[in-house]
Amino acid sequence: MTAVLRLASWGYALALYGFIFLPVVVLVLFSFQDGRLPIPPFEGPTLRWYAAVWQDRSLTAALGNSFVVALASSAVSCALGFLAAWGLARGRLAGGRAMQGLITAPLTVSYLLIGLGLMISFNLTGISPSLLTVGIGHAVINTPLCFAICFASMGDHQVNIERAARDLGAREWQVLWLVTAPMLLPALAAGFALSVTFSWDEFIIAFLLSRFDVTLPVEIWSLLRSGLNPKTNAAGSVVFLVSVAMVLAAEFTLLRRRR
Amino acid sequence: MTTPERAERRRAWAAVAPALLWTLAFFVVPFAMMAAMSLWQRQGREVVRVWDLSNYQDFLSKPHLLGALWNSIEITVLVTVISVVLAYPLAWIIAERVPRHLQRLALALAVLPFWTSYVVRSYAWTLVLAKNGVLNQALIGAGLIAEPLEISATRGATVTGFVHFFVMLLTLTIYANLVQLPANYRRAAADLGAGPLAVFWHVTLPLTLPGIMVGAFLTFVLCIGDYITPQILGGNSELVLPQVIMLQLGRGADLPMAAALSIVLMTVVTAAWLACARWLRLERA
Repeated sequence: MTAVLRLASWGYALALYGFIFLPVVVLVLFSFQDGRLPIPPFEGPTLRWYAAVWQDRSLTAALGNSFVVALASSAVSCALGFLAAWGLARGRLAGGRAMQGLITAPLTVSYLLIGLGLMISFNLTGISPSLLTVGIGHAVINTPLCFAICFASMGDHQVNIERAARDLGAREWQVLWLVTAPMLLPALAAGFALSVTFSWDEFIIAFLLSRFDVTLPVEIWSLLRSGLNPKTNAAGSVVFLVSVAMVLAAEFTLLRRRR
Repeated sequence: MTTPERAERRRAWAAVAPALLWTLAFFVVPFAMMAAMSLWQRQGREVVRVWDLSNYQDFLSKPHLLGALWNSIEITVLVTVISVVLAYPLAWIIAERVPRHLQRLALALAVLPFWTSYVVRSYAWTLVLAKNGVLNQALIGAGLIAEPLEISATRGATVTGFVHFFVMLLTLTIYANLVQLPANYRRAAADLGAGPLAVFWHVTLPLTLPGIMVGAFLTFVLCIGDYITPQILGGNSELVLPQVIMLQLGRGADLPMAAALSIVLMTVVTAAWLACARWLRLERA
């Protein structure tokens, strides 16, 4: 009985891991396809589709745009989230709970609605879509995340160190910049890395709020119109590898904090 | 109130203010504008600011709009149920069967494809499910079917894409819940004569219900608001609400209608939230 159960467990786990990895393996494998269609039989391997991605001007431009938007919007998110977390953790402000709720509210709304709301208001106020508006949209979804991560690691033990710095004559911005921020560096790094990952992968807000300059997921979206194509596989594999690299970076900064 | 305390409070306000203003300007105000927009009307190419509920009346009277809401709800409920049923055993195996020092790795592997962008992930599924794609060729090769299955551009393809994503998400939330359970509860139940099945049914499952509910709620919210997966995998066979919203933005843009449909979507999500609110209270250490 237990042997059967054990066998069934491993069988089940194997099947589900297979299901989870199937699309990714197919995506990456057929990005090396030496043929015109990314479907079996596999011929190859070849790197020519990666070369094609590299030579595609609009793809490389979109790649650059994605990096700029991700880094800039994540920096804004981290700054806003960190300051708010510090104020709410230290200040004992009246209505602190309500403010916490307000700042984290965007986490509960789907990206489509956030993007559409911003699109409508930019439209009504005459602001034209650009990478800046995309960045604003991404900072809206990532600020709550950075806030939550920083708020969770604001400990009471740090208060005394801040007081000591103040007693020794540090100005308020010096306390924040030279004392509090370094103490919270792991949280800030994790928040930053996660924000970069989310911004990097985000499609719908970037789609609704951009026009001429677009980010990578939007550019890949327009590639999809040409149907199944190994070049799309190659572009998708690049996006996937970058995301995984960033997640690993976040994971290691978080791990280091625990040790 | 003493002076240092007052200074401290001023500082705290100054620190919180930027994030509050940001949220107000780019989240609260846009929602107010969207709500206002939903009460206006499109006439020709202009948006006319007359206030009434005609967009909502249109929504209720036009079968293709109301139908999209039903499609959304049906698909979302189906996806949520299938994902929970598939993810629970996997989370349980990782928590109970995998050696402790390997659990983190097993979990990380189980959610690795979670980090592909959803455009790329949906495209990858079209590769698998295409008429001459991997799945059909494998099934034909194995002699299980003679003719390729028509899966792409159907509800089945949409559900498959969604389930793939949410199995990973739910495995995470359910695992987090399972490892928090003190083993003593189960030992106590076993000592009192419960068999393994009874222990699971009367102890483990009820105690992990909160984790299931949190995951199921997240699944519901993310699934019902997603445009990409149904658009890429389901095609135009059966439109869901986000697809219909996006259609309003195309040629002859009808922003008021798009806004009204978004408010409808928002209402459905809020209703779901109220329905599971008692399981969703966030605990903070």
